[in-house]
Amino acid sequence: MDIAIIVGLDIISGIASLLLISAGLAVIFGMMKIINLAHGEFLMLGAYTTVLSVSAGVNIWLAMLVISPVVVGLFGVIVERCLIQFLYGRLVDTMLATWGLSLVIVGATTMIFGNTIVGVASPLGGFSVGQYQTSLYTPFLAVMAILLMVLIWAVMRFTRAGLIARAVMQNPEMAATLGVNPAKVYMATFGAGAAISGLAGGLLAPVAGIVPTMGAAYIAKAFITVVGGGTSILWGLISASGLFGFINQIAAFLTTPVFGEVILFISAVILIRLLPLGISGKFFKGRL
Amino acid sequence: MILEVNELRSGYGRIPILMGATLNVAEGEFLGILGHNGMGKTTLMKTLMGHLPATGGTVNFAGQDVTNLKPHQRSGVGLGLVPQGRQIFADLTVHENLRMGMAGQSNEDPAFMDDVISLFPRLQRLMDRRGGALSGGEQQLLALARCLCSRPKLMLLDEPTEGIQPSILEEIVETLLVLQSRGLSLILVEQNLEFIGALSSRVLTIQKGVIAGEMSPQDLKNPDVVAQFVGMTAE
Repeated sequence: MDIAIIVGLDIISGIASLLLISAGLAVIFGMMKIINLAHGEFLMLGAYTTVLSVSAGVNIWLAMLVISPVVVGLFGVIVERCLIQFLYGRLVDTMLATWGLSLVIVGATTMIFGNTIVGVASPLGGFSVGQYQTSLYTPFLAVMAILLMVLIWAVMRFTRAGLIARAVMQNPEMAATLGVNPAKVYMATFGAGAAISGLAGGLLAPVAGIVPTMGAAYIAKAFITVVGGGTSILWGLISASGLFGFINQIAAFLTTPVFGEVILFISAVILIRLLPLGISGKFFKGRL
Repeated sequence: MILEVNELRSGYGRIPILMGATLNVAEGEFLGILGHNGMGKTTLMKTLMGHLPATGGTVNFAGQDVTNLKPHQRSGVGLGLVPQGRQIFADLTVHENLRMGMAGQSNEDPAFMDDVISLFPRLQRLMDRRGGALSGGEQQLLALARCLCSRPKLMLLDEPTEGIQPSILEEIVETLLVLQSRGLSLILVEQNLEFIGALSSRVLTIQKGVIAGEMSPQDLKNPDVVAQFVGMTAE
């Protein structure tokens, strides 16, 4: 019984972390149909922002939930203005440019902070399930992932900005005819996606080993989750994270964590072979 | 003149379509432009709205040179386009489509929207329906209403009769006449002779990317004149 609870918590934690690390990428891909290969570095910058803020004496909750998203969001707006805006509609060029950007960010971070692992203590204690000991931070991450999904949904569904975003997503030319400046919407979207990545990086800081190259560990998982989910931001993200998170954790439990990742990637390849447009291209057409 | 177009040229990539179109629209006028497929009607509309860059010539709108403005900026100064194929946001509700008509304004104005909707009784009971679930005719009404929500001074209509059932066609004619009587200027490009004749006070013909001639709406009833101007037979 205890082991079942622990495995269940592992699965929840796997799904939650996939949701968190993929959400920013999904927002940018869903809205703008471009892939930001510097996404892992946005997460890394979020994590570093939290670590640096905490070591400067800032409250960790403030650092994770406010400072990281704001800093990385502003960074995203700068990147969009200086780089991405010239590459709209050119998927491959954008991937190449953002990959180059990721190398620059990794290089610059290494120069400033050195290639050493830093970290921040988890702000929550642990609890025990029978003979097993586990961290309270796991259910906290799950709650944050759910809150983030609800927040994205509510903004898209109930605000004027969300309405305009949905319209631009469907038909940017028509939105422009009605007086919307698509360039402004794309800038805001990229900033929002970056802010979400910053938030995710901040939230993962207490449970991740923080090095300048840590982004590489996340980008592949985030990438397959977003491509597997398809262009529907929320339903694609939720369904793909749920599926891949479940497969990964079960496989890791039955075999080893390394083999769990292998099975995760194999199942992603099979899924994309069967559903080239992702899960939402088949089952949640036209949904958010 | 609310719109003065002088020697306007544009096209797709290196392929020129508009070869120097010149036309004027007076304040409150309903101008029809008649032409075959492939003569440059839609290209003219897209260039006037700014979706295609002008490669030559000028566009003056309400006393301002708008030749190099982006589409959203043209919308801001009072140009409205009801595009070919209607371009309804299929996954937004009818109400949300109308709200998008106000997306360029700093605030939504529900009273103004109600005023617009009152012109389209058929839309009133469809407000919560998905735009994509509407019939072609209903979508056309929605496209007109949505454009009106952006408070245009001049409305460009690109083949609104395409794929519309006749019953709604009459409604569209009546609504457009009401709009004109309220002082709105309109340009209608069409190949439906009856529709363009019922609405326009003046009809220009477009051939091979230039304005080839001018007719009175009465001339449209004379097959010989039409054949001479557009190379088109009135069946």
